[in-house]
Amino acid sequence: MGLSWMAWTWPTAAFFIFIACCLGTMTMLELRNPGGAPRDGVLGLTTTRGDRLFIWLLGSAFIFLAWLGLVSTLLWAPLAIAIVYGVLVFRYV
Amino acid sequence: MNKLQNNKAWLFVLPVFALVAFNAIIPLMTVVNYSVQETFGNNEFFWAGVIWFQDILQSERFHASLGRQAIFTASILAIEMPLGVAIALTMPRKGPWVSVCLVLMALPLLIPWNVVGAMWNIFALPDIGFLGHMLNAIGFDFNFTRQPGDAWFTLILMDVWHWTSLVVLLAYAGLSSIPDAYYQAAKIDGAGSWAIFRYIQLPKLSRVLTIAFLLRFMDSFMIYTEPFVLTGGGPGNSTTLLSIDLVKIALGQFDLGPAAAMSLIYFLIILLLSWVFYTVMTRNEEQ
Repeated sequence: MGLSWMAWTWPTAAFFIFIACCLGTMTMLELRNPGGAPRDGVLGLTTTRGDRLFIWLLGSAFIFLAWLGLVSTLLWAPLAIAIVYGVLVFRYV
Repeated sequence: MNKLQNNKAWLFVLPVFALVAFNAIIPLMTVVNYSVQETFGNNEFFWAGVIWFQDILQSERFHASLGRQAIFTASILAIEMPLGVAIALTMPRKGPWVSVCLVLMALPLLIPWNVVGAMWNIFALPDIGFLGHMLNAIGFDFNFTRQPGDAWFTLILMDVWHWTSLVVLLAYAGLSSIPDAYYQAAKIDGAGSWAIFRYIQLPKLSRVLTIAFLLRFMDSFMIYTEPFVLTGGGPGNSTTLLSIDLVKIALGQFDLGPAAAMSLIYFLIILLLSWVFYTVMTRNEEQ
């Protein structure tokens, strides 16, 4: 039985490969520096690097949704916003 | 003191991970794949990009369902939370009636959701149902199958009947855990009932009420079976909540692409709210 029922496409495969790479990187970082590097950020929350990845990914999803709902289907601008947002999250949250 | 880190314990998680992969991750991947394609059956798919997401996000239908969902959730929370606390406050703390009250309170929670929907459907029918017949007998023009206001009234009443018990039981557990010394001190200070509630019971209940709030919020936001059995989303679309609308698109219209996109948006909303609530809960515990 093949995987045709899952209806894979290259863009969605690339998306999941990216998520898997993020999780792999987090695992490697955890193995090298155990404990999750917790810190108190600007939101007043104690976050580990895994929390920061989650906040970044979830926030980015809503950035894309907001762009799709309010602006257009061209996604380069929200991609740039998500990257900047990610830098801010990993730096300050 | 250095904390010992033993990552070999992660090996024990692998069976669970494999199970979750099959029942959650693979279906989720499939939904993501469907959300960017169009299909007419026969396992043939055509690339559609993010157009379904845009369609859903800009559709009046989705906004209406989301609005109805928000109104439903806000309504039942506004009723069930204070009502649950009020009932818990009136329940006896000692004596033979404790068990009776607890069993009575637990009964609605033991009934399957589809049975609750069917019960209330029959109960509220204007011709043969007790509730519908009584309301009409005292002068109300009640018909939940035809009038949206009546359908909402029945829907909210059904949820309050079914789920207030959960709040009651959690609040009762919280109240039971307050030591008698607090009440004795309040009595010495001459505190009245309101002062005892405001300055002793309510602060001591804050943690269980947070849990009750979160449970009821999440459950009500994902509710499907009871309103589907009770009203089927009608009359018209007046009680079509998000989950009912999703099933209509996916199974009724067989629009798998838009349904998948809507599923992901729905999932992201729930994920965001879950994270916010989890964060609030853990912050409360830390404080």
